[in-house]
Amino acid sequence: MTYFVTTQTPASRIATVAGGILILLLFALPFFAGRGTIRDMFFILTMLTLAQFWNLLAGYGGLVSVGQQAFVGAGAYALFALVILGGLDPVLAVPLAGGAALAVAVPTAFFAFRLNGAYFAIGTWVIAEVVRLIVAQWKSLGGGTGTSLPRDATRDMWFVELIEASLGVRSAAARDILAYWISLVLALATIGGIYWLLRTRRGLALAAVRDNVDAARSVGVDAARMKWIVFLTSAFGTGVTGALIYLQKARISPDAAFSVTDWTAYVIFIVVIGGIGTIEGPIIGVLIFFALQSLLADYGSWYLMTLGVLAIIVMLVAPRGLWGLLSEKTGLHLFPIRRRLQGGQLNRSEDTP
Amino acid sequence: MNILSLDGISKSFGALKVTDDVTFDVPKGQALGVIGPNGAGKSTLFNLITGNLRADAGRVFFQGRDVTRVPAMDRCLSGVGRSFQIPQPFAKLTVYENLLVAATHGRNLRESAVQADCAEVLERTELIRRANVPAGQLSLLERKRLELARAMATHPDLLLLDEIAGGLTEGECRALVGTIKDIHARGVTIIWIEHVLHALTSVVERLLVLDFGRIIGIGDPDEIMASKEVREIYLGIDV
Repeated sequence: MTYFVTTQTPASRIATVAGGILILLLFALPFFAGRGTIRDMFFILTMLTLAQFWNLLAGYGGLVSVGQQAFVGAGAYALFALVILGGLDPVLAVPLAGGAALAVAVPTAFFAFRLNGAYFAIGTWVIAEVVRLIVAQWKSLGGGTGTSLPRDATRDMWFVELIEASLGVRSAAARDILAYWISLVLALATIGGIYWLLRTRRGLALAAVRDNVDAARSVGVDAARMKWIVFLTSAFGTGVTGALIYLQKARISPDAAFSVTDWTAYVIFIVVIGGIGTIEGPIIGVLIFFALQSLLADYGSWYLMTLGVLAIIVMLVAPRGLWGLLSEKTGLHLFPIRRRLQGGQLNRSEDTP
Repeated sequence: MNILSLDGISKSFGALKVTDDVTFDVPKGQALGVIGPNGAGKSTLFNLITGNLRADAGRVFFQGRDVTRVPAMDRCLSGVGRSFQIPQPFAKLTVYENLLVAATHGRNLRESAVQADCAEVLERTELIRRANVPAGQLSLLERKRLELARAMATHPDLLLLDEIAGGLTEGECRALVGTIKDIHARGVTIIWIEHVLHALTSVVERLLVLDFGRIIGIGDPDEIMASKEVREIYLGIDV
């Protein structure tokens, strides 16, 4: 009898349909939602993208970085440089900014890959600080105080006029809608891309390296190459997201763009409470993070303390995050990656869970 | 023709010399047993052959090619498979996925090209009914079988087994020896480190004795086991 392999589950088939409808709704959102909602959704989607890339790095690659702000800042500053100094259209500059993050990532990896575990985490943080200090010397982009995107550059941005005319909104609202749509495409491409990667043989290699690096090498897995692929992919994506975030903000300073709290601590919080090592986790995590931020925005430092306490409780009660807990209890996987061998002698399925 | 040749291999950890000027050849298709007291340098010898460790001196030839400086993953691709003394499963992957990693990367093939082969290896190593169980949940015997199965999935020409029978019951051991005999009968060259001597001698055609990193005997298993030096050093028998 022949064997065959499946990855889909009944739940994942339902999730595919529901996800498709949700995506259509999200694309249509600017036609019926107000500007506040669009801005909130932009925040959620960009944080989700950052969280997915950190999760790829730490959850799948085992590389716990505390220096993702280096790539957010590098991408953001590259956008400002390309627009202000290079005269490029901001929409075009967003993907190009990922290249700047890559340029920072290559030497970072060269040094940081010599370190393991906690030393790697601290190493990436130190490197991010160094990048911030260097960028703060860049006088033509405002040095330590930062700068703004020129009015005419954002006003004449690609697609803005088209959105103004077709949706009947003002220029500022049209810019927010454009940024939102780009963030939606970016988030979907990120989730889709990571899901695709995990389902290829490289995804298997990644899991093998995470579980046991010596055994992985002994069965022909190029462990060093997997680390590079994950680190550079994550840096590029984080850089593009950083550029997009600061395109929407239109104002930059080194302290904000290289903030460890905003671009790494919050991102780790999202991934950890949602569920590290799963695609679903960061999605749940970002929704919880957004809800908490909306509820506690007026309480200043109480807000941060609440986040900290919540993170500790989740780590103690559900070390694999809320999605991990749910998935364990129900066996639910919306993005299944487990390959199940079926058929042949497995047709009588008495001792397969 | 020799599939493997070691020429004057030495390895030290600090002041401790764990492999001392080791030279021997393994003809293609042979099953060679390796014995020696604990700490004799048996596992280190394996790590030097697989490339998990780099030799300080000497050269390693595999299928006529000098592989002394070739890293572990490339040696696997050229046909060296191994099992670890302490099973090293990819714990969060299923048994089937463990084999899939080995087959796709160890042979550089696409997933669809190795599915049937992985299922066949699982049948042969009697793990097929556990195919979809995470490897972290396996029993000791199943973990040992998985070590064997995962090495087999890379289609090795040379298979290195490190104390694969250790810790098993008599019945489990017999079943595993049957599987190993079957693999050997298919023409795979085997080098097997083992303390369970009756299991070892029921398979191997040649025996190598290691003590303090040096070869103190190599040849016909019966003659080796009968020699005074081996009985003294290895078995601790006062003759």
